[in-house]
Amino acid sequence: MKHIKTVTKGSFNRVASTMGCGECQTSCQSACKTSCTVGNQACENK
Amino acid sequence: MIHKFKQGGLHVVLDISSGAVHVIDEMVYDILDYYPDVNIDQVVEKLKDKYTEEDLRDACDDVDSLINENLLFSPDNYENNVQFKNRKPVVKSMCLHVAHDCNLRCGYCFASQGDYQGSRSLMSAETGKKSLLYLAKNSGNRRNLEVDFFGGEPLMNFDVVKEIAEYGKSIEKLYNKNFRYTITTNGMLLDDDIIDYLNENMDNVVMSLDGRKPVNDKMRPIVGGGSSYDVIVPKFKKLVDQRGDKDYFIRGTFTKLNLDFAKDVKHFADLGFKSTSMEPVVSEPGLPYTIEESDLETIYAQYDELAEEMLSRHGTDEDFGFFHYNVDLEQGPCIIKRLTGCGAGSEYIAVTPEGDIYPCHQFVGDEKMKMGSILDESWDSDMSLVFKNAHIFNKPKCRDCWAKYYCSGGCHANAYNFNGDINIPYEIGCDLEKKRLETSIYMQAKIMLMEE
Repeated sequence: MKHIKTVTKGSFNRVASTMGCGECQTSCQSACKTSCTVGNQACENK
Repeated sequence: MIHKFKQGGLHVVLDISSGAVHVIDEMVYDILDYYPDVNIDQVVEKLKDKYTEEDLRDACDDVDSLINENLLFSPDNYENNVQFKNRKPVVKSMCLHVAHDCNLRCGYCFASQGDYQGSRSLMSAETGKKSLLYLAKNSGNRRNLEVDFFGGEPLMNFDVVKEIAEYGKSIEKLYNKNFRYTITTNGMLLDDDIIDYLNENMDNVVMSLDGRKPVNDKMRPIVGGGSSYDVIVPKFKKLVDQRGDKDYFIRGTFTKLNLDFAKDVKHFADLGFKSTSMEPVVSEPGLPYTIEESDLETIYAQYDELAEEMLSRHGTDEDFGFFHYNVDLEQGPCIIKRLTGCGAGSEYIAVTPEGDIYPCHQFVGDEKMKMGSILDESWDSDMSLVFKNAHIFNKPKCRDCWAKYYCSGGCHANAYNFNGDINIPYEIGCDLEKKRLETSIYMQAKIMLMEE
């Protein structure tokens, strides 16, 4: 495509049937402890 | 739903439901103000003074291609997903307050200089062991369990930390669990033996430092006054030098009094720390250091400055990571996590030295928010249900927010402290989160283009 470059096709739908395993780390346990960013947690099934 | 923004000369569009990200040219950026709500002929009519008809039709074709591949304006069906509706959260993470005491007197401490509005106290090994046993027994089929040794300052109760950690490892096989330990420390009590122990036994070490010496020492003096920077920096460097590939964060707090925090993060990097984090202060409205709406533009500029610094170092020996810019666009957390957020009060709890359970460390000390006890295994199911249901679809401000699947509803404690309701997000926190997300995504787009 001339006008668009895709950086990522996204991953939100990859486990839509199960919605995920729930094993990923609790966001507040990693570094922030005061503000919440869930999107930067790692996937355990990677 | 889409979100588009400009940063650093790039035009970027996100497809909210799929997580797709695209770099677009200015023409597509303009077209998306109208299309696909209006047809191509109407788009041509609206933009004919700026672009040729041929180019506009060509660009609309590109947009159509993405729509057909569900990479733009993709449908959002998560709210009615059966797995989401029927989910039964179990506790899998615990913040263990092993010491409600501290050897620093940080000006902004949300824990009231370590005692959380209570008396100074240390957790017994017995209470700590009961806490880990409780976690092992109440975590269902979750295998990975996280325990953060927290305070106050946890190294003020280091022998008990060791005893609890060793106990956890001793019951892993019996309950088929894998305990992952984090310790959050101010570093004052680190010595060679403790550094060795932490590097061997802690999966993650979070070290508190606010940045440059004057900045750090202004808000993080030792008891009685004096510099903590001079004491802790050599110790932190030693710990990191000997840590190998294991996780750590050097983590600071910025306030209204040091809004130029990008310099402090750069200072971390210049000290040799590769894994950094810097958080906006959590404090009550009206205090001299509380961040206000009028500070936002200054803070946004700092996030931009930090991003450009990181980009300039990318691929060199001088590069470093920043926690909030670590967004994994290819494979981050699963969607259920993105809907439900941090899990405080349902998947994540804090335990005090006395064994009291709170929804998270930031609620500790507020008696109204006490939700049980490790000692008698009492548990306020009603309160837990309130937290379980505090997901993005029950927060009116989140439902229509483009950042909802990255931020996942924000910090409950901030919402409660500022708005008295965990379902009403803290607005400044939202603004900062959105800025960090845009910047993180911009950086990844930029790196992709640089490496092409």
